[in-house]
Amino acid sequence: MRAFLGFVWKETLHLLRDRQTLAILILFPVVQVLIFGFAVRTDVRDIQIAIVDPTPDVASNELRERVAASDRFKVVWIGSSAADLETRFREGTIRQALVLPRDVERKLGRGDSLPVQLITDGSDPNTAGIMMGYATAIVQRWYRDAVPANGALQIEAQARMRYNPTLESSHLFVPGLIAFVLTIVSALMTAISITREKETGTMEMLLVSPIRPKAIVAGKVIPYIVLGFISVLLVLVAARTVFGVPLRGSLFLLLAESLLYIVTALALGILISTKVPNQRTAMIAALAGLMMPTLLLSGFIFPLASLPKVLQWLSYIVPARWFLTIVRGIMLKGAGLATLWQETLILIGMTLFLLVKGSRGLAIRLG
Amino acid sequence: MRTILFLVRKEFLQIFRDRTTVFQIFMIPVVQLLVLANAATFDVKQVAMLVVDEDHTTVSSGLVQRLEAGRQFRVVRYTSSDAGVDHALLDREVTAVLHIPRYFEEDLVRRGRAPVQLVLNAEEGATTGIVQSYANSILASYARELDRTLPLARSGTSATARVAPLDLRTQRWYNPTRNYKYWMVPALMVSLTTIIGLLLTAQNITRENELGTLEQLNVTPMTKIQFIAAKLIPFWILSMLIFSIGLAIGKLVFGIPMRGNLLIVYLAAAVYLIVVLGMGLGISTITRTQQQSMFVAFFFTLIFLLMSGLFTPVDSMPDWAQRVAEANPVKHFVSIMRAVLMRGAGLETVGRPIIGLGIAGVAVLGLAVLRYRKSVA
Repeated sequence: MRAFLGFVWKETLHLLRDRQTLAILILFPVVQVLIFGFAVRTDVRDIQIAIVDPTPDVASNELRERVAASDRFKVVWIGSSAADLETRFREGTIRQALVLPRDVERKLGRGDSLPVQLITDGSDPNTAGIMMGYATAIVQRWYRDAVPANGALQIEAQARMRYNPTLESSHLFVPGLIAFVLTIVSALMTAISITREKETGTMEMLLVSPIRPKAIVAGKVIPYIVLGFISVLLVLVAARTVFGVPLRGSLFLLLAESLLYIVTALALGILISTKVPNQRTAMIAALAGLMMPTLLLSGFIFPLASLPKVLQWLSYIVPARWFLTIVRGIMLKGAGLATLWQETLILIGMTLFLLVKGSRGLAIRLG
Repeated sequence: MRTILFLVRKEFLQIFRDRTTVFQIFMIPVVQLLVLANAATFDVKQVAMLVVDEDHTTVSSGLVQRLEAGRQFRVVRYTSSDAGVDHALLDREVTAVLHIPRYFEEDLVRRGRAPVQLVLNAEEGATTGIVQSYANSILASYARELDRTLPLARSGTSATARVAPLDLRTQRWYNPTRNYKYWMVPALMVSLTTIIGLLLTAQNITRENELGTLEQLNVTPMTKIQFIAAKLIPFWILSMLIFSIGLAIGKLVFGIPMRGNLLIVYLAAAVYLIVVLGMGLGISTITRTQQQSMFVAFFFTLIFLLMSGLFTPVDSMPDWAQRVAEANPVKHFVSIMRAVLMRGAGLETVGRPIIGLGIAGVAVLGLAVLRYRKSVA
């Protein structure tokens, strides 16, 4: 036991001595939270719009002012001809164009048809959909106000956003971020640190020592458990203080589940390290096999429901997917174990499986 | 010059000797592009919906029919009371709940307007806005339909005949079929080239450092410039190759539009890679071990990618972040790719960013070369 503790201490020193890596490991979660909170947003604003108004009059001016007053839009160009709209779209200086007919005021007064054209840069289908929604709403409201006798039927949809009423992006990303940061800190770093001993030949020295191989791996992994736990705390503190991300459920449950996931990630790291010969392969395997699935197949950035069926099935074997459901459940919905027991059991099952598989692969001798 | 050629040959031999590496270098981008293009999507599939219909009239069931007919919603449960609604949302059984209140039809006939409540699970908020706008447009078109068919009790409806009808026509340019892959694939090629180029360069040099073979190279008579050129040229060629494979997959598998001139795309890629390789070299000069270099490389790649507009629009960022993003080479290459391939932009539009990338490349590479030391400290 003393030998084992000594070994853990040695590993801790290794980790602490490498200031650069340590700094990044500590900075990483914080920078990620800041980037995701501030910069990775899915809401649409400041849409550069051009308005073509061949014959400005009171009615068309009113519409122009309404578009300009909306904080969704930035009117970058107003002109009388639609001729060079195409160039502007191609250059990327405008993303939407509203083309009004001649004599808007007179048409409204007479009861003629009022053909309004709304052109949207549809390259990004979703943003385009949202931009069209905003512009259509403004035009229709203007129209309703301009034609007071209008008796058209209205079904008024009152939307309520459950669990995230303001649709604040940071509230959505932070839970995913915890899973992501833990995968990097725990799985990637473990995999690399074990294969490094293999590559530089020091693993052989450790193996001929009286410490048993399993203890060696455990000793290498323990410092990273602590580090992973610190990362979780850092992300949580940053998320709560800077962005006010809610924590509606139990903090204790959240930390316990995080600990479980840290062990899952470490087990993954160990499994990778038993399969690969050197650090580069370990890194690429961790990147392709862990990072990308955690980023893409967990529902972190892209909703799982958007994925094709095959990838949705694939996502069932990604541990981060289950962990993410748990973290979102606890933080945003205030769910407890009563709702989340299935996900927790799945994670525990995965962890046990990975640990057994990983420790089987630990060879006493190096191939 | 001959020294460089020999060294380049040596690097290539070294890379191609190791089958796993070759496999990784070429297969991973291919597989990733195929998977990513399908996975990196905010595409809104069918939304599972629960309808609470307290009205139970022809008008309310008509609304449910319209929702189902639109393909965007799938009504998985249809009840007449609120019981179990919260649980269905909490359990993620449904994403949306439509609540049609009692007297819905009567309100429409009498007053011409009636409310419905739409509750959405905003937990996966990226698509919530689009789901809401789908629902709104279905509601609006149903209202227009009812306008013609529903016998109205209101007075003064005959006036509608004199009102100018609004004829709002919407057009989506460049991607009328709303194919999300057309938008993502060009940008994903950028991310793959960046990751491979940056990580491989940084890792390759630190590996020589860690294994001690760098010292052997350092005591040879070749100059610093020769060494660096010999290290970077193979990776530049490899990255261009990977980029071409990506373009081919994009065209053949995903059928992405290529409206602009491909030569411009290649010119931009060639210039952009100088920046990437320069950064890789720079990272290798400030790190000692592979673990460090990979981690630093990864740290920066992730920040660059996330702030590039690849996944979420740059225009949505706050102003300060947009200004920071101006200094991000990935952002410029992503927007060049999208502009040229999707909108057919020419040099008059993307020429300036390409020159900017070139300047950045010279600066980054120059700094890295200056920092690189042949002697061991």
